[in-house]
Amino acid sequence: MSRLIRMDGSGHTTLAEWTADDPAAVEAAVAAFREELEQGSIAMVTRGPGHAEHVRELPLDEQLVIMRRPIAGG
Amino acid sequence: MSAAGALPELASVYWRPRMTAERLRQRERLWTLTTLAHVVPFVVVAIVMVALSPLAAPVSLAALAHAWLIPELYARRGATVTRSLTPAADDPERVSLGLLGDLVDHDARELHARTGLVPERGRLGTWLVGEAGALLVSDRRVSCWCVRATDPDGGRLPSGDRVAHLLLALRSDEEGFATVANLAFSGARWRVRRRLPKRQRAALDAVA
Repeated sequence: MSRLIRMDGSGHTTLAEWTADDPAAVEAAVAAFREELEQGSIAMVTRGPGHAEHVRELPLDEQLVIMRRPIAGG
Repeated sequence: MSAAGALPELASVYWRPRMTAERLRQRERLWTLTTLAHVVPFVVVAIVMVALSPLAAPVSLAALAHAWLIPELYARRGATVTRSLTPAADDPERVSLGLLGDLVDHDARELHARTGLVPERGRLGTWLVGEAGALLVSDRRVSCWCVRATDPDGGRLPSGDRVAHLLLALRSDEEGFATVANLAFSGARWRVRRRLPKRQRAALDAVA
């Protein structure tokens, strides 16, 4: 089961869960993903120790996709 | 780094040249020169005054105090990038620390629990990532970077999430991260260390 989560004031919120063989769940996950992008979030997936990657499309084969807010110099 | 792998936030600081190891060394040298420019004149004044008249010793001491204090004030400003922000409620804090714990290994989890800082090795040096900034440790120097997650909830992100935001950005594009962040101070490790809260000094010692 793959998960799309958003880091927010609650710690994190699960926006969608899907498996590749469930088209309805995939469609809902893609919609949730796009909605987050439209709100300015940035999607990240981890790539092993010390590595992460910014993704622009929902990677359906990833176990965990994390939505974060942009960072800015303080 | 291809444009595809670059940090999206770079678009908001398009006028800044992308940070590289060479540019970082230049910034560090500039900070050293700035420190010298503050210290040397006061030390010279102190020596000359006492040489002209021993009665001017109090003035010399005042000049030496300035030579000491000005770099200390800069270092103090730099050390504030690791400060902890107001914590969220217990439940969000616990959930966010769980997610952060999933992103790092056991040693980093343990160091974060003790110091509030997460160590991360990079090409530019070893980073210590906090809630509102990061320290970059290389050789005997520490560079203090002020950077944080923009928070539409008005600063209510729990501490683990604040760190995780910076950690994920750093891991995806280290040089882009150093471009977006503001360099608050760069100087001797000992100078930054003494301005850190006591519990965070252990983190600096651990990665030095």
